[in-house]
Amino acid sequence: MKPKLVLACLVPTDVVTRAREAFDAVIAPGPNDMTVPEVVAAATAHKADAIAFTNTLPLNAAAIAALPPCVKVGATISVGYDHFDVAAAKARGLIATNTPGVLTECTADFAFMLMLDAARRGTEYDRVMRKGWRYRIGQGDLLGVRVTGKRLGILGMGRIGRAMAQRARGFDMEIFYHARTRLPPELERGATYCATFEEMLPHCDFLSVHAPGGPATDKIVNARTLSLLPDGAVFVNASRGGLVDEDALLEALTNGKLFAAGLDVFRQEPDYDLRFAALENVVLAPHVGSGSKETRNAMGYRALDNIASVLAGKGPIDPLWT
Amino acid sequence: MPQPILLVTRRLPAAIEARAARDYNAHLTASDTPMKDVVTQAAGAEAMICCPGDMFDAELIAALPATVKVIATFSVGYDHVDVAAARARGIAVVNTPDVLSIATAECAMLLILAAARRAGEGERMIRAGGWHGWAPTQLMGTLVSGRRLGIFGLGRIGRELARMARGFGMEIHYHDVARLPAELENGAVFHPTDGTFLPVCEVLSLHAPGGAGTRHWLNPARIAAMPRGAVVANAARGTLVDDTALIAALKSGQIAAAGLDVYDGEPRVNPGYLGLENVVLLPHLGSATTETRDAMGHMVMDGIDAVLAGRTPANLVR
Repeated sequence: MKPKLVLACLVPTDVVTRAREAFDAVIAPGPNDMTVPEVVAAATAHKADAIAFTNTLPLNAAAIAALPPCVKVGATISVGYDHFDVAAAKARGLIATNTPGVLTECTADFAFMLMLDAARRGTEYDRVMRKGWRYRIGQGDLLGVRVTGKRLGILGMGRIGRAMAQRARGFDMEIFYHARTRLPPELERGATYCATFEEMLPHCDFLSVHAPGGPATDKIVNARTLSLLPDGAVFVNASRGGLVDEDALLEALTNGKLFAAGLDVFRQEPDYDLRFAALENVVLAPHVGSGSKETRNAMGYRALDNIASVLAGKGPIDPLWT
Repeated sequence: MPQPILLVTRRLPAAIEARAARDYNAHLTASDTPMKDVVTQAAGAEAMICCPGDMFDAELIAALPATVKVIATFSVGYDHVDVAAARARGIAVVNTPDVLSIATAECAMLLILAAARRAGEGERMIRAGGWHGWAPTQLMGTLVSGRRLGIFGLGRIGRELARMARGFGMEIHYHDVARLPAELENGAVFHPTDGTFLPVCEVLSLHAPGGAGTRHWLNPARIAAMPRGAVVANAARGTLVDDTALIAALKSGQIAAAGLDVYDGEPRVNPGYLGLENVVLLPHLGSATTETRDAMGHMVMDGIDAVLAGRTPANLVR
């Protein structure tokens, strides 16, 4: 008999197919992802062994307490788990997993695209085109900033930060980074370590943040730290909206401190600060850093693999608590 | 001795206009459109700076005053200057080779990434206030990392793009009139024919010259020979693409997305592109960085300095 699964969010069809093959699955009918009461009701009625969900489901302590005892594993189809109270899961004995690793390259591709797009004014140009163009652009007009050969600072040198550095090397960029600990030389690969974030900032023609969220990094990009950047720097955030004091970022984008920014994440999503939408010198994306078919499939598969592994008695592949 | 007269037909970056005014009796303009009375304006000029869009054909060159010794075009391309007619009158022509390679390759990489990852579509949705939440199936694009990139024309710009693409773990293939030596090929796989080249092009970037030989190179037959769902970028020449065929392929899904910086007949753009979500469109700004435009301007000025000093400039069009 197949193990029982509640798949609480909409996933690509290939993932649905695999979920149906491997599990006796109840799948969110759409158009929206399931809510907490819907998940609790479905898990109870279906006697589910596992639930799979994403950051649309706030699985806080109360929600975890409301789950029927048959649910042994909760798998979030995401790297981030701000929406998943891991301490409460541990206290309840609910095995918790996420999907790291499979979206590294995809997210680094997207962060690098935001950097190029912001520097070279790609989406601004696209708006010119869609309004019809039809005027001469002078040789000195609408100029962007060259990326090749410039200095890139990376906050957080985990998998995605290192993949960003790898791409930047193809553009002959000089790489600086700050992380809690210095990496061994084989991972550092010539990047210059800065013991503090502040120490790194004056070197950053480009700054890309790839740090985890949480209280230690909340608003680490703020008026004070932005002021330490060279004038005309470009800022990129494809990691966590909470890293940024958005009032300070808006100010830096309008007073010329920053040339441009590329943002895939915001403090409030999807109700992001609409003041950004009034600016030409930002590239905005709706949190789609992992948004390729290949990666979304891989994330879904990884969550199903975690569940299957736990239910087969082999333990989680990507445990969020031990 | 009075400074020689330098006629500039178009507004240039500030740093270049400053240099021109310092070293010459520079006749500058605030205009961004082609100059209509070039011959009249050129009275007494020894040097001229023009741009694409200024038609320096045989007739115009024949009518220029005898004082003109050098025509400098603020561009790599010189389709708009009749070089033979200039040479016949003893007028040197200089251009700006090489300095745009990196900026243009950056532009091509941006077009590939932005088209594959649906950047424009996401932007329009979020700016219009239509973002209602995150979903695993929302705006799914195509992964660029690890894909096979086909480069049509592995010249300077194509090779710069190949170097950038290697950082994304892409496998590089190319098609060109001849195979490059190994040190320039740098591991890229050469395809002497379309027959083996097109089927590997999960991403295709065009870097071939324009002209009759490559006109509408990307046509229905070649598009059909590519893998379904491929991504196309063109930051080279608008004439390389049969727009009607590409628009049809973007609608059918044969081509998942395209990024274009150049257009057949620009600044007119085939209106079929404008309503499509799966294209990224740029107004021919592949070289539009401050660094590159300044470098182009300084190269133009260096060429003029050399000709008027009786030397052969490095950027002489031969």
